[in-house]
Amino acid sequence: MANAAPTGLWSWLTTTDHKRIGILYGATAFLFFLIGGLEALLLRWQLGSPESTVIGAEAYNQLFTMHGTTMVFLAIMPFSAAFFNYVIPLQIGARDVAFPRLNAFSYWVFLLGGLFLNASFLVGAAPDGGWFGYLNLTSRQFSPGMNIDFWVIGLQVLGIASLAAGFNFITTIINLRAPGMTLLRMPVFTWMSFVTQFLIITAFPVITIGLVFLMFDRTFGTTFYSVAAGGDLLLWQHLFWLFGHPEVYILILPSMGIVSEVLPTFSRKPLFGYVVIVYSGVLIGLVGWGVWAHHMFSTGLGPIADSVFAASTMLIAVPTGVKIFNWIATMWGGRIEFKTPMLFAVGFIAMFTIGGLSGVMHSSPPADLQQTDTYFVVAHFHYVLVGGAIFGLFAGMYYWWPKVFGHALNDRLGKWHFWLFMIGFNLTFFPMHLSGLLGMPRRVYTYGDELGLGWLNAMSTWGSLIQGLAILCFLWNIWHSRRTATPAGKNPWGAATLEWAVSSPPPVYNFSVLPKVANRLPLWTRNGVNEIPDEPPAPIHVPGGSIWPLCTAVGILILGTGGLLHSIPVAIIGALATAVFIYLWAFEPFEV
Amino acid sequence: MVPKPRGRSLARAVAALLAVLAPVVLVACNGDPYPQSSLHPASDSADHIDGLFRQIVFWAAIVFVIVEGLILYAVIKFRARPGSPDPRQIHGNTTAELAWTLAPAVILVFIAVPTIKTIFAMDGRAVPEGALEVEVIGHQWWWEFRYPSLNITTANEMHLPADRPVRLTMTSVDVIHAFWVPRLMGKRDMIMGRNTRLVFTPDSVATYMGQCAEFCGTSHANMRFRVMVNTAGDFDAWVARHHAGPVAADTTDTLIAAGEASFRRIRQPASNSCIVCHAIQGVSAGVLGPNLSHVGSRTTIAGGLLPNDSASMARWLGDPLGVKPGSLMPQIGLTNEEIAALVAYLHGKQ
Repeated sequence: MANAAPTGLWSWLTTTDHKRIGILYGATAFLFFLIGGLEALLLRWQLGSPESTVIGAEAYNQLFTMHGTTMVFLAIMPFSAAFFNYVIPLQIGARDVAFPRLNAFSYWVFLLGGLFLNASFLVGAAPDGGWFGYLNLTSRQFSPGMNIDFWVIGLQVLGIASLAAGFNFITTIINLRAPGMTLLRMPVFTWMSFVTQFLIITAFPVITIGLVFLMFDRTFGTTFYSVAAGGDLLLWQHLFWLFGHPEVYILILPSMGIVSEVLPTFSRKPLFGYVVIVYSGVLIGLVGWGVWAHHMFSTGLGPIADSVFAASTMLIAVPTGVKIFNWIATMWGGRIEFKTPMLFAVGFIAMFTIGGLSGVMHSSPPADLQQTDTYFVVAHFHYVLVGGAIFGLFAGMYYWWPKVFGHALNDRLGKWHFWLFMIGFNLTFFPMHLSGLLGMPRRVYTYGDELGLGWLNAMSTWGSLIQGLAILCFLWNIWHSRRTATPAGKNPWGAATLEWAVSSPPPVYNFSVLPKVANRLPLWTRNGVNEIPDEPPAPIHVPGGSIWPLCTAVGILILGTGGLLHSIPVAIIGALATAVFIYLWAFEPFEV
Repeated sequence: MVPKPRGRSLARAVAALLAVLAPVVLVACNGDPYPQSSLHPASDSADHIDGLFRQIVFWAAIVFVIVEGLILYAVIKFRARPGSPDPRQIHGNTTAELAWTLAPAVILVFIAVPTIKTIFAMDGRAVPEGALEVEVIGHQWWWEFRYPSLNITTANEMHLPADRPVRLTMTSVDVIHAFWVPRLMGKRDMIMGRNTRLVFTPDSVATYMGQCAEFCGTSHANMRFRVMVNTAGDFDAWVARHHAGPVAADTTDTLIAAGEASFRRIRQPASNSCIVCHAIQGVSAGVLGPNLSHVGSRTTIAGGLLPNDSASMARWLGDPLGVKPGSLMPQIGLTNEEIAALVAYLHGKQ
């Protein structure tokens, strides 16, 4: 029977169902999130008092590098990908993504790339050049060990996953929308994800080029970044931040989308200024390409470049501010129900605003010269990436959990989670504004007692423990809610978008009949969408799975391992395996 | 129970908040509790930055209060209550949306204009007449300061005269470092193959803490330094002392003589010999490590990590990697006698 969901390990290894791949992405990303969080706790333990000796310099440098790399590439991005996978096809009324096997391939490459990066801990050589990997510290001369090779190759592998997924979702959103789902009827989460995919496919090639240069310098002795051979070390910084700044929007836009779904649902009001929110998201994506050098003010670019990049950076505050006011206006005059997703969404607006304001402070180059590379900046981007991105992702988890697993997470425990996280988060990161302004540089494993910054650092360390408690609370909630599960029904929150028109969890084929959408809020309006019966009128053919995406990902991992070991035979085996598996994949009879 | 009057509990909350903030407020009047603070400027350039920062904080505070106030108001006022009616289904309002597009744009103009003015005031101006030129060279993990016009080379402690403009020309011999003395100036990177510049005029006599602000490898945290801003007279005296050269080692003192012999000894491998890396005027000309001609007159050693007393110097010579992980100064297995002799010899280099 084609419609029954297959079970067992093999069915997960071969799955091409966007919903299962979404769950895999989510579970894996959460695991990496926990690892990155433990790394952060160790960092905070070391910094809890001046001149402490909990962990030494080498270990500290590896941990802060891996904390950043993990949270950006292995936690927040794939967490967003979990939502892209699960939610986008449902929101646009599609049966799956455009290229289901490519989707599976993206996941497996991500998983193996993440394991590859973390395997560096097992050989005691985790990357230690910072998540930004500045040259020439990361050159073979100054970092002779395997540490940087793990990073250079791991990021290239992960880039393959992101690029494949990016093209996949762009094609999906452009081509697979249900009848009537015009672009300006798309839910805002899908819209913001759409913009994100364009940023991914344009930004990742830039860092890939930078990484390939670095790999060639390290492996074959080329001289892209060699000052002695006439190279300029700022080349890497330009390439990295040309990628790195759009990357910030890759991390935050999906959460902005999630919040734009949650706020109307729990305020019982349509999103205020939908079109403006969509356009401002597109504008953020575009202007996000013109601000990268604000990461480089301290390199001394000169007054003209400083002024231009200051102005373009400040410009981004306009579409961002518009979004914030529109979100508040969405709540205005509503009937707000404070379920956990809503708490996280409101928390997002409140905390992201703080991150935005400190961002404006260092968009001003002279001010930035005091703030950059201090804890002030650490505070800033954690307000954006935790107060923003992570709060948004938690909102999304509580919001779509009943859709994905058929039962909601416990609301009381959810509120404990929210408040503990909110308090711990602010206790950790707010004092960092001060410690930074008072002279605490970033990326230091120790600091002198005479700086007078012990008490602020101690506050941050206690705060990080409270955040840890909040996450334990969430884990307990997952387990507890599963034990006491009651069926959530199709639309437990009374939301307006298409994913809530089908059962929870949705059937393999998603929609028993093709939805025909009449407006932006199909479930809130009469005749917004046609009746979607629980049983399909005729059996729906669902394509079977494929093992070749996983095999191809393994081939790429072997190729990467060859690069790591500087072993030509291993690299050749990897390249051949990849080629053979792509061949088998391409000529696989898919209609099974 | 007597209910507490509302006003008093509010006053108490405010008092508690002030108590928490007191150490921060103190900074404004006294820099000592936070010697590396950027909020207590002591040069014209640092003043510029501080003034600009305070303007931006002012605007940010206004926006913060408005936005967070609106959020708080909305979540309290529009909370679902039993029997509250279904809200009106409003999709937007062009006037309102235009207003809150323009308002931030206007505020940003108030930030952008002084920003660009400050950029050109600090970075676009000609080097002031009579500026003291200092070359700053970054090394993993210590600082080399050269005064080309005075023919002085020193390490980790920069001496400057007050009220005279100084121009720093900076580069690195290895990875990227960043020069940062928050009370005197914002930071600037030091990049191999490039020369970067900073111009400022220190205005008060004091010792200022600084440290490397660009991650530069294992001991990035241990790359610290000090800037001593002296009166013009004290500065001239410091220059004169350097021009006079180090006092010749007292050859009658056996300990110092043993120290000098130890310093001069060629060890196996050669990179374990002091003179390969360190210069002492009249003795050696190594350039890989700090110039030690006047090391006895410095207040700190090991990249500003330790005070320059006998115990610390002995600890540093005996266990450089323990003091500064990854340090390029090798562990050469000196005996306690050799260390004591070297300490006496080096401290004699006034």
